[in-house]
Amino acid sequence: MRSICLHFQIHQPFRLRTYRFFDIGSSHEYYDDYQNRSITKRVAERCYLPMNRLLLGLIKEYGADFKVSFSISGVAIDHLRIYAPEVIESFKTLAKTGNVEFLAETYAHSLASLNDTEEFKDQVDKHVQLMEELFGKHPTAFRNTEMIYSDEIGKKVLEMGFHVMLTEGAKHILGWKSPNFLYCSAANPKLKLLLRNFQLSDDIGFRYSNQNWNEWPLTAEKFAKWINTYQNQNVVNIFIDYETFGEHQWKESGIFDFMKALPKQVFAKTDFKFRTPSEIAEINQTISAISVPEPISWADEERDLTAWLGNEMQDEAFDNLYNLNDKIQRCNDPDIMQDWLYLQTSDHFYYMCTKWFSDGTVHKYFNPYSSPYEAFINYMNILSDFTIRVEEYIQQNSEEVPEQKVEGKEYSLLEPQRETDFDLIFTLSKKELKKALEKIDIKELAYSLYDKTEDILIDFKRKLPLTYKTQLEKLVSEIKRPRKTTIEGYRKKITSKLQSYFNLF
Amino acid sequence: MRVLMFGWEFPPHITGGLGTACFGMTKGLLKNGVEVLFVVPKAYGDESQEAVRLINASDVSIDIRKRENLEFWKKITYLEVNSNLVPYVGPEAFENLVETVELNETISESSIFSTQYSFSGKYGSNLIEEVSRYALVGAQIASESQFDLIHAHDWLTYPAGIAAKKASGKPLVVHIHATEFDRSGENVNQQVYDIERKGMEAADRVIAVSNLTRNIVIERYGINPSKVFTVHNAVEPVFREDDHVYEKQVREKIVTFLGRVTFQKGPEYFIEAAYKVYQRDKNVRFVMAGTGDLLEKMIRRVARLHMSSRFHFTGFLRGENVDRMFGLSDVYVMPSVSEPFGISPLEAMRSNVPVVISKQSGVAEVLQHALKVDFWDVDAMADAIFALLNYKSLSTTFSKYGASEVENLKWENAAKNIKSVYKQICHD
Repeated sequence: MRSICLHFQIHQPFRLRTYRFFDIGSSHEYYDDYQNRSITKRVAERCYLPMNRLLLGLIKEYGADFKVSFSISGVAIDHLRIYAPEVIESFKTLAKTGNVEFLAETYAHSLASLNDTEEFKDQVDKHVQLMEELFGKHPTAFRNTEMIYSDEIGKKVLEMGFHVMLTEGAKHILGWKSPNFLYCSAANPKLKLLLRNFQLSDDIGFRYSNQNWNEWPLTAEKFAKWINTYQNQNVVNIFIDYETFGEHQWKESGIFDFMKALPKQVFAKTDFKFRTPSEIAEINQTISAISVPEPISWADEERDLTAWLGNEMQDEAFDNLYNLNDKIQRCNDPDIMQDWLYLQTSDHFYYMCTKWFSDGTVHKYFNPYSSPYEAFINYMNILSDFTIRVEEYIQQNSEEVPEQKVEGKEYSLLEPQRETDFDLIFTLSKKELKKALEKIDIKELAYSLYDKTEDILIDFKRKLPLTYKTQLEKLVSEIKRPRKTTIEGYRKKITSKLQSYFNLF
Repeated sequence: MRVLMFGWEFPPHITGGLGTACFGMTKGLLKNGVEVLFVVPKAYGDESQEAVRLINASDVSIDIRKRENLEFWKKITYLEVNSNLVPYVGPEAFENLVETVELNETISESSIFSTQYSFSGKYGSNLIEEVSRYALVGAQIASESQFDLIHAHDWLTYPAGIAAKKASGKPLVVHIHATEFDRSGENVNQQVYDIERKGMEAADRVIAVSNLTRNIVIERYGINPSKVFTVHNAVEPVFREDDHVYEKQVREKIVTFLGRVTFQKGPEYFIEAAYKVYQRDKNVRFVMAGTGDLLEKMIRRVARLHMSSRFHFTGFLRGENVDRMFGLSDVYVMPSVSEPFGISPLEAMRSNVPVVISKQSGVAEVLQHALKVDFWDVDAMADAIFALLNYKSLSTTFSKYGASEVENLKWENAAKNIKSVYKQICHD
């Protein structure tokens, strides 16, 4: 039952336009539409569409023996929806074959997993919903932004209900161990880990068309032979950017022909089959646990976070961004929420990396700025404007609410005042609600909801995080005929918590 | 290897960057085993002699009774007449001489004429005159000294370099620190341009301080690219005895322009960018340190923008005051329209001051830890200034990398490149 796990990462950031400090407060146009459109269209043309066709062909040819997996960031989907909707259709076609697994990740391909807020879970929820909506399946495996992983992140991922996660087979973590097995997290053994074989992955991703490489040209036959040398090792994880095909490695290099020929060679020369992450996690025994106290990633030689965080500029930008988190929870404006996501995309921090001063042709290649300083300045200008918008929004909305209260008192001084107060919980935005739930005892809430009508509850439950929702439903069903005073008591308690927290009722 | 080098000034008597560059270069050359005989028009006696034997042109006697000497005159005369630039070498003396030489050699031989010219060494009104006389002295020195090649810095010394080449037959290297296009834009002084071109044409090798300048040499002076080489300038490390910390007297952040207030340095772009920044950020003051022919115009412009209470003109600063100015600055801006190299940003960076420099400067070719903008793009310039004032980690990063980047621009390395140019034309 030896398996090859072919996994493709698809991501396109919303590139920012040149945004001067005097735009702050006057323009809220942050994105370089021209660049975003032309790059997305180009990559769709050169990579996504032809490669999807190729994979579909292989699936039809080999059936159950050939499966692949994708993780497509939410922002990449947003790009495709606007600029190349036909690509989404072609992914749906792939999904229908049943041979393709779509993984969950953060919606914005962000670094939220490194931040101590609920934002990580929020974004994963949002991405999970998107995957369900597009491909009709609830993702069961997880791939974090750029394969970033640590014990702590693993814990959060497991809590969100995923039992398998992809990450880098970093040398400094594995030591003498081989990446070609199924591992689990030492801190949370229920979480299974697939570790990237960076040698083979980079042979395709980076070296394929490098004529100075002593293995050039790489053929499917040669590659299959290499795979076959892994005796008694049963999982080979090849994780690469999907854009490898046709964009990083040009069509002329023969990369498509290579991919087309690969399954045939693998089946002829080895006993490997192509399987998806969830499948592999299910059919294999974990061989050992690995411990990752400090985050790893698949980037650069260091395989750490230094491509995105660590220099003063990156840290300042990151801190400034996530300092907004609390305020964002109180916003319910679709534009603000969208920009909040797009500004979190990890690429913005990647552009600020100063490592390429010494080495980093890769950074330079993917960088629209001529220096990390320019990247930082531009980002900070935009973030300054965004901060102002968030603050203005909160100010405006906190002014309106007390007015409503005054109006309410004028029109009705009726007794069920308290009940109305509690009902305000149903008017909270998703973000606000999330914040409120931290303060509220879930059991008390369950009681408070006991005699509410079904249509109110449906709307309310939609705003809840998945795990919270299931827990709450379970609790509600366990309640047996409470007294009216008990319910009111809990409602009163929750209402006063909401009042003190939001300070606006 | 021994080089006869013609300069115009030498520390501490400097008015521009040329003297400082020459000093660093001679020290760097010495470390690379190259000996330098350095000629300046006027030596004050307190110049640093650590790396060079300094020859004071004012001390050189020209004894025109000598037969060989007359030949120099002829050569020089030939050069002058041909170029039709400098109608005379000395005030009256030269006219007389030309006449004499042309008329009859014997007459001149009979006249007893031994003289020392005194040079002001300044960029004054009778500059062309001094340049010509300097050439005479150059020839004289060349005939009396032992050396392998001649190296002349900027147009003022090219006639001397050419004369020395003719007198000695040794190869000539001319070094372009600035061209007439950098100094005057399109309104070039034809006389100066011609002297520059003659110098470059006569030279066996031309060294430019940046690729920017190299391109000007090739395109505007029509010099064969195969003999033009770029050697970027460097800076001398400073060892400050006491690391004096200058205390700021004002609360606001300070953005500084320091340089000649002339067309070349782009002071008006600084003012326009300052105005844009000031619209948004009132916690800032601007300083224009230096003087020049555009100064009055600049003062008027600032007044018109109603910024005078926040925009300060200091006049020309030197020595310790320059250090003090850097010490007080939060941002240094060099918006030069055309800057062959531009050493001042390096001095600022050495004082941990982050810099914004124009892309039209040679120094932009070697610096990574600087914000680079087009001189005319005042929006980008303003944006860069604003960012440095407001986003703290940006200046932190500059301080972290900037000083060490400057330290790595050593004259020793630059001199190595100069030496390799020497080696192409003289085999010792």
